[in-house]
Amino acid sequence: MLLAPMLVLLRPRGLAWAAATAGSLMSLAIACLLAAGVLAGEEFRYAMGGWEPPYGIELRVDAFSALVLLLVAGSSSLALLAGKRSLDMAIEPDRQPLFFAAWLLVLAGLAGILVSADAFNIFVFMEISSLASYVVVAGGPDRRALPAVFKYLIMGTIGATFYLIGVGLIYMMTGTLNLADMELRIHEVADQRPILVAAGFITVGLALKAAVFPLHVWLPNAYTYAPHAVTAFLAACATKVSLYVLLRFDFVVFQQNLTGHDQQFAAYLMPLAALAVIFASAVALFESNIKRLLAFSSVAQVGYILLGASLVSVGGLSASLLHMFNHALAKGALFLAVMGLAMRYSELDLRSLAGAAKRMPWTMSALVVAGLSLIGVPGTAGFVSKWYLVSAALDEGPVGIALVAVVVAGSLMAVVYIWRIIEAAWFTPAEQPAEAVQEAPAPMLVVIWLAALANVYFGLATGLQRQLANDAAVSLLGHLP
Amino acid sequence: MQLLGIYHYWVFAVLLMIGFYAVVAKVNLVKKLIGLSIFQAAVFLLYITMSKVSGGTAPIFSESAAGQLFSNPLPQVLILTAIVVGISTTALGLGIVVRIKERYGTIEEHEIQEIDRR
Repeated sequence: MLLAPMLVLLRPRGLAWAAATAGSLMSLAIACLLAAGVLAGEEFRYAMGGWEPPYGIELRVDAFSALVLLLVAGSSSLALLAGKRSLDMAIEPDRQPLFFAAWLLVLAGLAGILVSADAFNIFVFMEISSLASYVVVAGGPDRRALPAVFKYLIMGTIGATFYLIGVGLIYMMTGTLNLADMELRIHEVADQRPILVAAGFITVGLALKAAVFPLHVWLPNAYTYAPHAVTAFLAACATKVSLYVLLRFDFVVFQQNLTGHDQQFAAYLMPLAALAVIFASAVALFESNIKRLLAFSSVAQVGYILLGASLVSVGGLSASLLHMFNHALAKGALFLAVMGLAMRYSELDLRSLAGAAKRMPWTMSALVVAGLSLIGVPGTAGFVSKWYLVSAALDEGPVGIALVAVVVAGSLMAVVYIWRIIEAAWFTPAEQPAEAVQEAPAPMLVVIWLAALANVYFGLATGLQRQLANDAAVSLLGHLP
Repeated sequence: MQLLGIYHYWVFAVLLMIGFYAVVAKVNLVKKLIGLSIFQAAVFLLYITMSKVSGGTAPIFSESAAGQLFSNPLPQVLILTAIVVGISTTALGLGIVVRIKERYGTIEEHEIQEIDRR
């Protein structure tokens, strides 16, 4: 997948999309193979250049990596498959090879983060994917994307630089960059204060990249003004990967080595996560642009994921990882459906979308299915993760009851904002003349429905992701004393 | 703790905050990018400071290398990578500023927000 960007730069127009999609599908195939291997109990390791760790850079795939790899490769493939017409409309033909090269770099960077077991390697891939995603978000014709991308660039670079400072401090104290080696060496460090400071820097840096409330301000504008296929891809996986790195660092490197860290972790992240759920859902209630509404909903979902992780228990952590997977499915499908709507409607305001369901019944129905999954209706993927989250929270006593209240409140607000979309589409009479709008193009519809039905499928056949999430949670927590 | 002996770290902290202040407080987009560059330069200073061993020389391997004290080469390599990342980010940021100037006619953040509000 790293070769593909070079190919795409050379080829003429129509082929650029085909090459990008082929590369993306190959990554998906590899991700499935890795996941199958991991489920069978193996863990893949590879030492770059033959240099054994801890001197060399190590690549490692375990349950957690495989879970997130599946959704990164899957969302890229789906977004590319569905997005051809939409991207043709948004990007001039002579710039398309460059755009798809950048897209593949995002995919390569995200995948690289997931397979690295070396802290600095993670930084390099994180910056590759971030820089390429700045390019890709700014690719469309809307000029409001440009200040949005600038803000994203500034905040993202500050986040990455904080991460770099943290890694530097850890290297100073332990002398190693390999994550597993760090785990061993931090025990022996005499002065714990730089490690604490490093933990703080790394957490804040990754929180900036993951759009944790209140560092989420770059996300709504960046998602709203990006080309629609790009939003479908990034919304499904970009923040999840940063959360992956955060959880890996916290559980593998920091948890058992800093006394009382699990209380600190919970104490800082739990309130922020709860606030994210409440505030972001509340803002989404009042948003009129459908993409921005869904973007705020994404911020709330990041809150759910952190809520589960801050419980520091097998149940909570596997609920959080499950939610990563399920939310990627739900949001990906939602944004793909929005892309379908955008093919025919030029304004994505709820007022302009009035009466959309009569003209585009298939697209809107897919959107409803994905929306139900977001809310967590039984039978869809979202229900599974919310159920796990609630049952893990109930194990925690009085604080848990408060958290359950937060989760329920968030879900109720999700019902309201999804209902606003449904109401606009089905129950509001249309204003513009009827002939201009017809159904979305068929190939796009097929992929949109594939994504929507995947939500239902993974809601009913939950074995795969539950197994991966559970294995990942156990291995992350197994490092705890 | 000798304060003067660790003055490199003080410089790092000061540069970090100068850069951060510029990013947050300045309204002109190019000034924000300059602040970002200063911010990143501070981090480079941190890494290189940690790689210097007292009395160590440049870590170049040669026949007479045995028994000599070298500075740590690893952070220097890490920082080369980080410098390249910083350059790419600045270049990309400046490219975006050029496009913003083309599309909006201004590079002051408050004016851009004003234009978008209308």
